[in-house]
Amino acid sequence: MTGTDDIKLTELKNFMADIKKRERSESQLIAILHKAQELYGYLGNDIMDEIAVTMNIPTAHIWGVATFYHYFNLKPKGKHAISVCLGTACYVKGATQILETIKKELKITIGETTQDRLFTLEETRCLGTCGLAPVMMIDNKVYGNLTPKKVVEILHSLAHEHEQEQQAKA
Amino acid sequence: MKKVKITINDKPYEVDDGQTIMQAADKLGFHIPRLCYHPKLSIEGACRVCIVQVEGMRNYVASCAYPVSDGMKIQTNTEEIRQARRDIVELILDNHPEDCHTCERDGICELQRLAHLTGMRHRHFEGEKKHYDKDLSSPSVVRDPNKCVLCGRCVRLCSEVQNVHALGHAHRGFRTAVMPAYNMPFSESVCTACGQCINVCPTAAFVEKNFTQELYPKMSDKSLIKIAQVAPSVRAAIGEAFGLEPGRTMELQTVAALRRLGFDYVFDTQFSADLTIMEEASEFLERLQGKGKLPMITSCSSAWMKCVEQFHPDLLENISTCKSPMSMMGAIIRTYFAEKIKKRPEEIVSVAVMCCTAKKYEAARPELMVNGLPAVDMVITTREIAWMIKSAGIDFVNIKGEHFDEPLGLSSGAGTIFGTTGGVMEAALRTAYELYTGETLMDIEIQDIRGLKGIKVGKIVMDGKEIRVAVAHGLGNASKLLDEVRRDPEKYHFIEIMGCPGGCIGGGGQPYAGSNSIPLDEECLKKRAEALYGLDRNKTIRRSHQNPDVQRIYKEFLGRPLSATAHRILHTHYQAKKPCGIIPRELQVR
Amino acid sequence: MSRKYSITICDGPTCLHKKSKELGAAIEQCLKEHGLTDKVRINLSGCLGMCAKGPIMIINPGYTIYGGVTAGDVAEIIEKHIIKNKPVSRLAIEEDHLYNRFFRVFGDVNFFGKQLRIVLRNCGIIDPESIDDYLSVRGYEALARVLTEMKPSDVIDEVKKAGLRGRGGAGFPTGTKWFLTARETSDEKFVICNADEGDPGAFMDRSTIEGDPHSVIEGMCVGGYAVGAKKGFIYIRAEYPLAIKRLEKAIADAKNEGFLGDKIMGSDFSFDIEIRLGAGAFVCGEETALIHSIEGHRGMPRPRPPYPSVQGVFNKPTLINNVETWANIPVVILDGAEWFKSIGTEKSKGTKVFALAGKIKNTGLIEVPMGITLRSIIYDIGGGIPNNKKFKALQTGGPSGGCLSEEYLDTKIDYDSLAQAGSIMGSGGMIVLDEDTCMVNIAKFFLEFTENESCGKCAPCREGTKRMLEILTRITEGKGEDDDIKKLERLGKLIQKASLCGLGQSAPNPVLSTLKNFRSEYEEHIKEKKCRAKVCSALLGYEISEKCIGCTACKKVCPTGAISGIQKSRHVIDQSKCIRCGACFEACKFNAIKRT
Repeated sequence: MTGTDDIKLTELKNFMADIKKRERSESQLIAILHKAQELYGYLGNDIMDEIAVTMNIPTAHIWGVATFYHYFNLKPKGKHAISVCLGTACYVKGATQILETIKKELKITIGETTQDRLFTLEETRCLGTCGLAPVMMIDNKVYGNLTPKKVVEILHSLAHEHEQEQQAKA
Repeated sequence: MKKVKITINDKPYEVDDGQTIMQAADKLGFHIPRLCYHPKLSIEGACRVCIVQVEGMRNYVASCAYPVSDGMKIQTNTEEIRQARRDIVELILDNHPEDCHTCERDGICELQRLAHLTGMRHRHFEGEKKHYDKDLSSPSVVRDPNKCVLCGRCVRLCSEVQNVHALGHAHRGFRTAVMPAYNMPFSESVCTACGQCINVCPTAAFVEKNFTQELYPKMSDKSLIKIAQVAPSVRAAIGEAFGLEPGRTMELQTVAALRRLGFDYVFDTQFSADLTIMEEASEFLERLQGKGKLPMITSCSSAWMKCVEQFHPDLLENISTCKSPMSMMGAIIRTYFAEKIKKRPEEIVSVAVMCCTAKKYEAARPELMVNGLPAVDMVITTREIAWMIKSAGIDFVNIKGEHFDEPLGLSSGAGTIFGTTGGVMEAALRTAYELYTGETLMDIEIQDIRGLKGIKVGKIVMDGKEIRVAVAHGLGNASKLLDEVRRDPEKYHFIEIMGCPGGCIGGGGQPYAGSNSIPLDEECLKKRAEALYGLDRNKTIRRSHQNPDVQRIYKEFLGRPLSATAHRILHTHYQAKKPCGIIPRELQVR
Repeated sequence: MSRKYSITICDGPTCLHKKSKELGAAIEQCLKEHGLTDKVRINLSGCLGMCAKGPIMIINPGYTIYGGVTAGDVAEIIEKHIIKNKPVSRLAIEEDHLYNRFFRVFGDVNFFGKQLRIVLRNCGIIDPESIDDYLSVRGYEALARVLTEMKPSDVIDEVKKAGLRGRGGAGFPTGTKWFLTARETSDEKFVICNADEGDPGAFMDRSTIEGDPHSVIEGMCVGGYAVGAKKGFIYIRAEYPLAIKRLEKAIADAKNEGFLGDKIMGSDFSFDIEIRLGAGAFVCGEETALIHSIEGHRGMPRPRPPYPSVQGVFNKPTLINNVETWANIPVVILDGAEWFKSIGTEKSKGTKVFALAGKIKNTGLIEVPMGITLRSIIYDIGGGIPNNKKFKALQTGGPSGGCLSEEYLDTKIDYDSLAQAGSIMGSGGMIVLDEDTCMVNIAKFFLEFTENESCGKCAPCREGTKRMLEILTRITEGKGEDDDIKKLERLGKLIQKASLCGLGQSAPNPVLSTLKNFRSEYEEHIKEKKCRAKVCSALLGYEISEKCIGCTACKKVCPTGAISGIQKSRHVIDQSKCIRCGACFEACKFNAIKRT
């Protein structure tokens, strides 16, 4: 573990310490898992163990909760999280084609991360931006009125951006 | 109790208010088919097998959860509800392997019975089947998620009754499965190996680790001496595997059957139970005089020991250092008895026939080895031995009974009642009293600590000194009792804990409940307990210290209780363990 | 400080995407240049529901609505409208009977427009992050009246009289629910707002919270007072970060101003609200599953009885209502039950917010009085089907609802009439489908959703929806079998009647309703292996027509080499090699490829 992991752990512990001051603190498990995922990007076994001990909640229970809710990642994610909306409005406007395009382009399917850890692909429930259907969200940015061609352009430009960042660092 | 008028299948009945449809129906003799419901566990309403039609409700209603009310009209057997129930069972079976004939529970499976009752003769809906790997990691319990019907009984039992929380539901929807945290190998989890999940599971999703195939080659090896020991609880329940009523003792038949299977010597764990009492009562009296921590807590239950090491390491000093009767017998066989028959210990195959799955875990503990060899080579459950007997064609019910071998076969009544909750405590007090006061305890049956109440308390007065005792069975009750002890360490002097509800007679290795009964049935447990109490009553020697063979072994070999030899062979130590679970590995900080 | 004008910019996600943020900056800059910074206030509002015409800007007083505004228009608007009082007509949205008629008569209730915005009354008018704005539109006045003039039983009577029914979808009489919770004796009671809006295509609750969070808070306070609760939870989807942020601010502001916390407004009533996040589980919209989620468990439902009003969160009596229901409460109290129940039909009072989407000209959020016909919604408010396509069906109620064909267009919107027509009101999703929609495919789409979101507790839903989905998938892939429809109906009815919770009980609805109203499409898929809407790719045949000029573009993209032909002459598709991927169809620039 590195120094930043120290900082993350302290922040998580402080968060839990605050929560324990309130009554029925074990009911805040989902909020704690959200916090842990915010800090680490995903929920690792050792983090869940840490939560189990601090909050006195059995790990089998935490595992059950973490695997139940789709929001929680149990594996590390790529740099860019792509969420393709398959809500009704988007579906009717061709969202499956968008999804297939991405699958073909990145050679991964839903739930997977590209080899170079650049993209993770997920599908999502309705994002509420039905006026722009079909829609995908990459990180926190919404891309709407998509066509397969536009999607490929967007992916390429992000990959290019990443390459340039890497070169700048090198 | 207020009454309400209902009809079931168009016939009128008057029933008590404040109960569910299923409870009312059961009392009236309507046994509505069910799967996830169990009277000792919280109500889930998950399986939907117990659905019935209630007039005025558009949808079917789960009878295990829905309360009766005045004027309710219930249908349990119309064509429509029969088809619905049949379809639901088929949907459950859709993800179940079709391998009844090679399954452990062929013929004694709740799911099989259910499928048969609903009249399924043709499959309509077939599709994707889930596939999982079997988990063979634990020495005690084998987990096969392919056979799981997601009734959730094991999860509820492990959490609500045992308070161990080793299992939980994970994932969602079609991918839902029952597993330990992180889907880790069962042996690495907090599972205490009590095997109650096996008892309560309606299918073969949980079964004990079967050692019969390993045993057979040993049985036919003429160069080995095959020695069996039999736990008290086995004789009280083995008859059920042969269709007999619970509570019929089959001690003599068990001995005879074991000899016919090829065992050279058949000893009685009740003998070493007497030995345990000698050591434990003496240890208790020492602590009473200030040479150790009080309250002292018994340690014969292996599931309980795993539980202590994991969850209650702060109480390790309170635990008695005595080994369990099974391990003591194993140790004595490897030393005292081997010498007596002039054989090397390696030439002996020491097999324990137990009611318990955790004993399989115990037999593998390195701390219990004797001179480099395991004290017990193999633990076979009541179910496994019943199968071996049937498989060998032995007419168990009718064979002529035989007695245990000397010198490790004679036991007092105290040793006999070891199998039931409160029995160890009663046996210990019968001896402790005499060792302390020099007098015999006349009120030999201590009723306060008998029975199925979760936590029982009692007291005896020894020479004016009041000794307060407590007994808990089931790890959930143990947990509650220990919280009391932490709050008030002076509340009790001596505590008995058994990991399984009912004590060892309810162990994870006992015969499955029959088709007219349910797992963990209290009536059945009471009858098994009564069988042991009955044996105790009919014995002339009812106190461990009066067992002449026990006296002899001290004279010839051990010296006296708590001697150096006794400590070396009959005592052990425990330490805090940290499996993946509530107590995590230390997080390394650099 | 007197202000000359206020400019409201819609910052709903669609408008944001269309760069509404740049508008704000451009306006600020322009005002600065003209020295008008103190005289014009800039507000942001939640989604105004006019997504197709965004970015939306509203200028008050006068309620002029501008659509499609860009940063380049700002100078003109400031100079003409703000400085010279002359609205810029080329940008103003002036169609009659849409949203603006009501807006011009602020604070009054308009019976004559097709829309009637009660729940959305403040969205677009106030700054959702300003409690002062909320107070200026009679915010918290309902709570004040309740605390000073009414007993809890009076409040419940008023809500009962108003005839308000739960807007989450089930339509249970709200007053009755309040009554049942109030009559329980307990040391603790709770109030919950269900903001786990999960129907795909639904964003009513999101817009209400983002546009007017205090209305929900005030409603909950009134509810808490009525039933005797001191604590409320708002359970909201984690996928709504802006709504969460606005709620957090609103709660903090309300606490600061004394509308939440101890002894509210000097009365004996104390009430606090805590936000609890969901984490991506549609089933948590079901009340018992939601309760388990708040308790820190897997969101699995449980049998009822006991109902939450008796045994809810932490086993205490709990009142749980949907966002929209709560937002109605201040209006019921202030404007009275008599007025409220004059709106709507006999059994369904008040208004309902719908999210209109799909093949329709005006997609967005609308709020209409109960009793309006579907035809009116689709053609009057919605503007009809684009591209001159024919209306095929209206899907209401999200994945729990049914598809209503043309014959139901004159159905009046109301809980019971929609149920009778074979669908449900649901939370308000309304998807318009045209002739290019395959009903089998749509049913499969919805079932995919519910199967994926099934919690897995009960066998009928967990296994049954999977099996139904497998059958539907086979049908859309051209592998339908003769008894498939019978199997779908048998399974569907079983899952409806035997499932533990509403998700399972309503999961078969899209399938069963399309089977009822569009059975012939299913039969075509199965028996003739034909998809008349030309959606199910496995059932499409591709043929090259006389329009082909032999450019060879299709031949080049065909993955199986099924197209043969020489340059400048009509190409041909070998049907035995064609895998119906549609690549040639996409590649042809001459419309020469026909789908059959």
